[in-house]
Amino acid sequence: MPSSLVDGNSLLAVDVGAANTRAVLFDVVEGEYRFVASGTAPSTAEAPLKDVSEGARQAIRNLQALLGRPLLDKQNNLITPNQPNGSGVDALVVTISAGATIRTVIVGLLKDVSIESARRLTESTYARIVETIGLNDQRRPDQQIDNIIRMRPDLLVITGGTDGGASRSIKKLLEPVGLASFLLPEEKRPAVLFAGNEKIGDEVRDMFGPLTASLHLSPNVRPSLETEDLEPAQRELAHIVVGIRKRQIKGVDLLDQWSDGHILPTAYATGRMVRFLAKVYGSKKGILVVDIGASAALISAGFKDKSTLNVYPQFGLGENLPGLLNYTSLEDILRWSPLDISTGVLRDYLYQKSLYPSAIAATKEDLAIAQSVTRQALYLAMQSARRDFPRNIATIKPNLTPLFEPILAGGGALSDALRPGQGLLILLDSLQPVGVTTVILDQNNLLPLLGAAASQNNILPVQVLESGAFLSVGTVVSPVVTAKYGTPILLGKLTYENGVEARVELKYGSLETLPLQSGEVGKLAIQCLRGANVGFGPGRGGTIPVSGGALGVVFDGRGRPLDLPSDPVRRRELIKKWNWTIGGE
Amino acid sequence: MQAPVNHIVGLTSIVRERILPFSGTVLVQLNQKVSPNEVIAESNWAREHILLDVARLLRVTPAVAERLIKIKVDDRVPANTEVAVGKGLFPRSVRTPREGRVVVVGGGQVLIEVGDPKIELHAGLPGTVVEIIPNRGAVIQTAGALVQGIWGNGRIESGLLVNIAESPNGVLVANRLDVSLRGSILLAGMVKDAETLKAASELPVRGLILSSLYPSLIPMAREMRFPIMLTEGFGALPMNSAAYKLLSTNAKREITVNAEIYDRYSGARPEAIIQLPTFTDPPIPHEVDDFSPGLQIRMRRPPAMGMIGSIVAIPRGLTMLPSGLRAPAAEVKLENGETVIVPLVNLEVVG
Repeated sequence: MPSSLVDGNSLLAVDVGAANTRAVLFDVVEGEYRFVASGTAPSTAEAPLKDVSEGARQAIRNLQALLGRPLLDKQNNLITPNQPNGSGVDALVVTISAGATIRTVIVGLLKDVSIESARRLTESTYARIVETIGLNDQRRPDQQIDNIIRMRPDLLVITGGTDGGASRSIKKLLEPVGLASFLLPEEKRPAVLFAGNEKIGDEVRDMFGPLTASLHLSPNVRPSLETEDLEPAQRELAHIVVGIRKRQIKGVDLLDQWSDGHILPTAYATGRMVRFLAKVYGSKKGILVVDIGASAALISAGFKDKSTLNVYPQFGLGENLPGLLNYTSLEDILRWSPLDISTGVLRDYLYQKSLYPSAIAATKEDLAIAQSVTRQALYLAMQSARRDFPRNIATIKPNLTPLFEPILAGGGALSDALRPGQGLLILLDSLQPVGVTTVILDQNNLLPLLGAAASQNNILPVQVLESGAFLSVGTVVSPVVTAKYGTPILLGKLTYENGVEARVELKYGSLETLPLQSGEVGKLAIQCLRGANVGFGPGRGGTIPVSGGALGVVFDGRGRPLDLPSDPVRRRELIKKWNWTIGGE
Repeated sequence: MQAPVNHIVGLTSIVRERILPFSGTVLVQLNQKVSPNEVIAESNWAREHILLDVARLLRVTPAVAERLIKIKVDDRVPANTEVAVGKGLFPRSVRTPREGRVVVVGGGQVLIEVGDPKIELHAGLPGTVVEIIPNRGAVIQTAGALVQGIWGNGRIESGLLVNIAESPNGVLVANRLDVSLRGSILLAGMVKDAETLKAASELPVRGLILSSLYPSLIPMAREMRFPIMLTEGFGALPMNSAAYKLLSTNAKREITVNAEIYDRYSGARPEAIIQLPTFTDPPIPHEVDDFSPGLQIRMRRPPAMGMIGSIVAIPRGLTMLPSGLRAPAAEVKLENGETVIVPLVNLEVVG
């Protein structure tokens, strides 16, 4: 069992991403935990180095150059615990998202029940479902066997049956799955997670125990037809994923050893942080965390009674980019572009960028394409994730994004954005928040690292979160209304602490801002016109306290869902105008 | 910062580990000379099976069916072999629909593997076996010119290299492929249409070394029975001058194209090898290098994607790029004389 980190003062957190590896130091400053500094290096999971510890060491070396104190010894091993001369750290936690997408076969009984739970469970990590076996499958068992063999899965996720319920059907389904595992070469047999009817756990052990070195049983994801409980299985799945990465990628075992077992998939660590935030800061509204980078897009939402975590490798901005066209069209991506770019150029970009996932946009045209792709990928991820949000949550309209406070965003694609305004525009376009919400950018991608530390040291995440390590972009007001372009839809009056007032008239189709610097607070009086709704009801206004940020208070009057003009010339002009208003360009 | 290296080298030692994806039998010996298409290791992995539910077919219980089944695990059974016969005046029988090998018998069922289960590992390059990896494969070494590509369709072939690209930015069209090119490996430019691939297949050629391919042609290129290697990628991209110069000056020589599918994790990537006679083993090129002034590089992304240049300077810290982003960057002098600022992550060393 990993030892506790509670006694540790300094904590080093290493995140091994698909493109970059970051080493981040948290330490106690004036009695409270603070984010001190971070060092970054290219990840080395891929050839020629094929050893993630190389990238981790380089990131730590870059960090120690900033700190001016050694963290690695002469043999390049981590110095732990912290030494009297100031070198080393007291503890290490690691998160990892690098590695090929985990090919997964899911097994369950009914499409809308256990198979759906298996899908949600699998989507909580860096996995792709390559085969589904269910009760209504019309294929012969030997066809199922051959399909599983051809797919060469890394993981089998087996669900089905309520606790104490019927078990015969699920046992019948397991026969071809077990045979397929048996027929795969021994070193290629998949890890197995059983999260179904607990009554047949022993039989699952008997069947798969001799077939795999990695058999895991977790409590049933569907203990009854009406109840779904993914959390224990997600925890087990996180351990399985780390095990798969240890087998696939050299160096993961060394980081596991250095961290004394405190290593988690980045997505799971983020999900843990969302659950934590929902408990600590939860209100009627949900908490939304999004992250988009080379390996995947991640959407995690925390509500009062339930949290969701969805990882979409198919919407990642790296090697899976050509696959994006299975979910969207070139035209739909280009609708976000301020420049006139042909579909051919975009198609070439998607394929060529997949060859070099860590490359960044060096020209204005490349940046316009990259940001358009980011918008569409995040938009698709959000649309997919919404399916899994609970029903009884605060909304303005059921078909729109629910009410969130705050929205926290991270990932390479957003933290690389030119200015906070560009990052905010990407989020407004793709997530299309409604009502009043605070948007926070996790520029240093700290959230998963805090999540990794949270279970061992619950003081650190709270103190770091409240220390200003995250960039508040500002408060965003997004009314839901139907109106003609140019019609006034909202009047806002911001009263600063010194009594000075600033006013805004928001017209449909436009973006406006009122300055309110980070650390400042004010009172915002909102008057809704033409039945606009910001969460107080149609046409109803109110006065709310608001806190400042890099862009102050932002009013998004572009409608929900966002209504882009179909005329490409006019659309591009508008996008340029919005970029100018918010993005500063 | 460490730099990835794309090998475009006139003379080098080429050492390649070739291994099966799982255990099998190694067929070569130490110091054995091998040709690119020679099978150096093989394994069995059946991907097609037939499950005979004898109990259900004979309408008996699984326990009874077990006693009636006449074949056992590992038996090789021809098609129409009697697997089991029921009881009674007019007994039902179960026969094998295809030839195969029995892999599992149990629960009143028989599972038979059918089809060819053999997995063959080819040498991939002409050379000498310098190490045997027990049960998995071998390490093969040769000396010669090496050009690495970025995409391959998974085929291997050797043949005479014929240059039909008049310049690095040439376009290969169907009517350029005449009968005189049959059986050759062609150094050609970019391919933009399906007709060209079809014509190459009908000729047939032994291989294509292309600068780029339109993305819509990828599925068709994967189906071609000869190797296709791309040096630059997808779209309309000219071949980088280093690769074009090296390949075009080696025209009329025997070349091997191992259009291996690019795997960023294993490091497998497509490459063209021209074996050359040497008295001593030339040096093995570095797999990684450190970015430094004077290094020859290739541009991975715009501006000037694919162009060769050399690093003039590496400013400290972050540099503002023309896109507005800030990143560790280098000042690069391109072969056309232009100087550009490029993020280091968009560069690879050529050598």
